[in-house]
Amino acid sequence: MSDVVYRQTPSQTVGPYFTMRLSGEGENVLTTPETRGERVRIEGRVLDGDRNHIEDALLELWQADSSGCYRHPADDRSDVSPDPAFFGFGRCSSDFNTGAYSFLTIKPGPVPHPDGGLQAPHISLTIQARGMLNPTFTRIYFADEPAANAADPVLQSVPQARLQTLIAQRVDGPDLSVPTYRFDIRYQGDDETVFFDV
Amino acid sequence: MTTTYTARAHQDHPPFLYSDYRSTVKRAPTHDLVSIVQTLTETTGPGPAWTHLSVDDADLTTNAGTGSEAIGQRSIITGRVFDENGDPVPDTLIEIWQANACGRYVHWRETAFPAPLDPNFLGVGQARTNVDGEYRFLTIKPGPYPWGNHPNAWRPAHIHFSLMGPSVATRLVTQMYFPDDPLFDLDPIFQSVPAHSRHSLIAAYDHSVTIENWALGYRWDIVLRGPEATP
Repeated sequence: MSDVVYRQTPSQTVGPYFTMRLSGEGENVLTTPETRGERVRIEGRVLDGDRNHIEDALLELWQADSSGCYRHPADDRSDVSPDPAFFGFGRCSSDFNTGAYSFLTIKPGPVPHPDGGLQAPHISLTIQARGMLNPTFTRIYFADEPAANAADPVLQSVPQARLQTLIAQRVDGPDLSVPTYRFDIRYQGDDETVFFDV
Repeated sequence: MTTTYTARAHQDHPPFLYSDYRSTVKRAPTHDLVSIVQTLTETTGPGPAWTHLSVDDADLTTNAGTGSEAIGQRSIITGRVFDENGDPVPDTLIEIWQANACGRYVHWRETAFPAPLDPNFLGVGQARTNVDGEYRFLTIKPGPYPWGNHPNAWRPAHIHFSLMGPSVATRLVTQMYFPDDPLFDLDPIFQSVPAHSRHSLIAAYDHSVTIENWALGYRWDIVLRGPEATP
């Protein structure tokens, strides 16, 4: 018998040099020609409490495929199966000079909520950086899903005044044939992005 | 049955704002985090598939591919990954990065510290845990290095570790330190960890891991958030 107590290993910052190992070239492109679903581009900037750009943020994206299915053993529903041409994971490091990031992916399908009903289409985003001792977790929702967003149980748990920080807005992107959504991540201030205790 | 994960133990982790580490001052969230019920979005994650796509690259003393060995104190870093229930976490990818024996990183932003680069050392590697949650790296012990946080600031020797674990909720990036480092008391990043949990970031020298006439051995276990079963 063991008296060992297993407590969570504490988090530490990713520091300024994580790109040595994490976030390689092209890891922000989640689609191949075979991937099912509507192509979308997500872009934005990572901004600090003075609204200066954060030049060394690591952004990790995780999402369901176009039918709302996750490539993961815990998503064991029998009525959906994952798109073999879609993983659902992307990494991007913010631009050193602008704090900008982008992902090319597909719009995810709706995912069920454990309390019943469907969640609005959304993307999980985990942000870490030099100067952050813990990861920050947020979600990207889509502005052109007003009805689904209004019914989303997670959004309903967010204070109304802060809701808009989670809604990506349509903008003209570099390729007008790909719908582009803008999602800035702001730390501190009245318009701070909502971060979740997941 | 739906597997959810135990809550993040905020009391065992650093705070977001730790003013002695100056870069946290403008980068820490100031609103309270919003608690949510975990859904498939949080109880799944890229870890399992990411591990499946990866290969082991666990010998940092030779993986520069030059045919020559990195310079430094050859060190074996091994340990196990557990969840909070004490169960091993098998088949999970660990990605690491570190400075060379002189404290210099192979990174374009590292320009201020006039220490030599080692042409035979990249400072990156990865390994998957086995069925018992065990991992093993062969590397060289990194050197301490200066940084700009405050006058004459030096980081204790450390290796960066990144683990996804099985879900978004288990994501962990941390740093492993070496025993008896005189810089611990002077380093705000290490000191940001609550006093009661700092010891868990320090590897133990383990003579049973040390290989005669070859390499020193260190043991360091990692604990991720664990599943809790709910009906």
